[in-house]
Amino acid sequence: MIKIPPLPSWVRLPRQPLLRHLLFAVVGGVFFYFLTQSLSDFNNFELGELAVYAIAIAGLSVLTGTNGQICLGQGAFVAVGAYTLAELEVHQSINLALQLLAAAAMAGAVGLVIAVPATRLRGPYLAGMTLLLALALPFLSDKYGNFFGGDQGLTVPPPSAPASIDPVKWLTWIQLFCALVVMLLLANLLSSRFGRSFRAVRDDEVAAALAGVHVARNKVIAFVVSSACAGLAGGLLALSSGVVNTGEFPLSLSIFILAGMVLGGTGSIFGAWWGSILVIYLPNQWSQSLGNTFHFNHLVSANFAVIAFGAVLIVMMLVAPSGIQGGLRWLGRRLVTLSTPTEPAGNISVSLQRATEPERSHDGSEAEHPPNGSGAG
Amino acid sequence: MLEVENLSVSYGAVRALKGVSLRAETGSITAVLGANGAGKTTLLRAISGLVSTQTGTVRFGSRTLTGMPVERIVQSGVGHVPEGGSVITELTVAENLELGAAWRYGRRERARHLSEVYDLFPALKERSSQHASSLSGGERQMLAIGRAVVSHPSLLLLDEPSLGLAPIITANLMAVLLELTRQEDLTVLLVEQNARSALSIASWAVVINLGTVVVSDPAETVAADSDLRHHYLGF
Repeated sequence: MIKIPPLPSWVRLPRQPLLRHLLFAVVGGVFFYFLTQSLSDFNNFELGELAVYAIAIAGLSVLTGTNGQICLGQGAFVAVGAYTLAELEVHQSINLALQLLAAAAMAGAVGLVIAVPATRLRGPYLAGMTLLLALALPFLSDKYGNFFGGDQGLTVPPPSAPASIDPVKWLTWIQLFCALVVMLLLANLLSSRFGRSFRAVRDDEVAAALAGVHVARNKVIAFVVSSACAGLAGGLLALSSGVVNTGEFPLSLSIFILAGMVLGGTGSIFGAWWGSILVIYLPNQWSQSLGNTFHFNHLVSANFAVIAFGAVLIVMMLVAPSGIQGGLRWLGRRLVTLSTPTEPAGNISVSLQRATEPERSHDGSEAEHPPNGSGAG
Repeated sequence: MLEVENLSVSYGAVRALKGVSLRAETGSITAVLGANGAGKTTLLRAISGLVSTQTGTVRFGSRTLTGMPVERIVQSGVGHVPEGGSVITELTVAENLELGAAWRYGRRERARHLSEVYDLFPALKERSSQHASSLSGGERQMLAIGRAVVSHPSLLLLDEPSLGLAPIITANLMAVLLELTRQEDLTVLLVEQNARSALSIASWAVVINLGTVVVSDPAETVAADSDLRHHYLGF
């Protein structure tokens, strides 16, 4: 058995995750580089879309999975990002990196405005408010048609690639690069004291406050981070679709992002990739090819995507309620426990430790230790 | 020194505290005793800012705590261990403890404080990488106290730390509390139903009944007064 050197936990904690995340990002970068080389233009284009969705899903995953806030309007922030980039493209010609940053910043700013009142809301109320946002935002672009380009929308030229590189591949690389950077940042955020506070707030707001966490500020930060991710995704989406209009951001976009998060694994950043794969491929290619194999009539096959998506969602919730990533983790743990022989118990010599031994028989019943009493003593 | 003056708290129409005043000397343990619903928990929640007060002030040292938000009160050195501990179950033991110090101290100090807590509760060290959800009741209580202590508070509010614990663990806990108070200049407000064990380590005792202070005396006096014990403390 490999012996881990007995470093105190505080030495390992701050250093290790950063390096591990960086390693993941580099490995991911190398993997995607070779993947893009071997894929066709069309597949590369899809891979780029996948990365874009993964960004929006990862952001939402941080908000919902670790901070416990529900946002049904992630698509609205995607729209804000897309329009920001398109407007900058129309009125100003600035560096693409700056445009993308501006898209994220603008969505983050809108997120801030929403978050300040929204953090007072909980569960279904917050969901309702964010849903309203997703519904209401398209009307703004109709109302101010001159600025937002009305139904036609705004056109966004594809980013100019260096001469030696295929433009589709270039765009895909930009999108993949952004996704990896965002995920690196999110992973580091989650392993910082902010991440711990996020989870503490989700678990028990009172306990978090008593640990010194500024609960309201914490929730606002999580919301802004999530909406900024969506904004960046919107900017990148505008680049690949070439046009930004309200039809690009239906309510279903928000729902798909939410579903992708749940399917991939709520709270898992890596799970965003799984969710994104399902959101991109399941409604389109897979269900179409399935429909073709079974020779459904066109009415059925037209709606088969929705049916397939719903079915997968239900099956997933039954089989792996914590999403694909959660399921894989569980599987991994099972394999590890099956392969390692049970260790003999360590030397338990401390008196307090020994004193608690009989207590442990009560472990299963959590109800014995109610969370925080809220009534008068 | 903690000074509470004329503190009143209402939950809707129910008046939980009706003008409570008390003092707790620096470096001492003050037991807050009383029956269920007397207002003990509310008193602690009012001090740490979890419930808003109708009247009255809470001063600790030179600071007025009344009206400050919870996290500011906690960051200024008040540790509150609520009833049942309320540890963050999805964080590990170490993460819970880190969280307790995260918003008050730098990394190096946090590490030092963490190892102090592990010295205090060796059982926690053995479980440092386990999720708090896997802890037993006693261990959770230790973790909750550890999370408050790790921020080196100067005022520690403890709500029923012995609830649901075996007598031997309660005794250990009380010993640790006494040690803590002696080591640092810690002021402890100890709410207990288990009056006997609270009185064994407290230097002062306050008995609350129906939202008002009925007795405020040295702990030995309260422990020796059989009428009082019989009326309010049930032993």
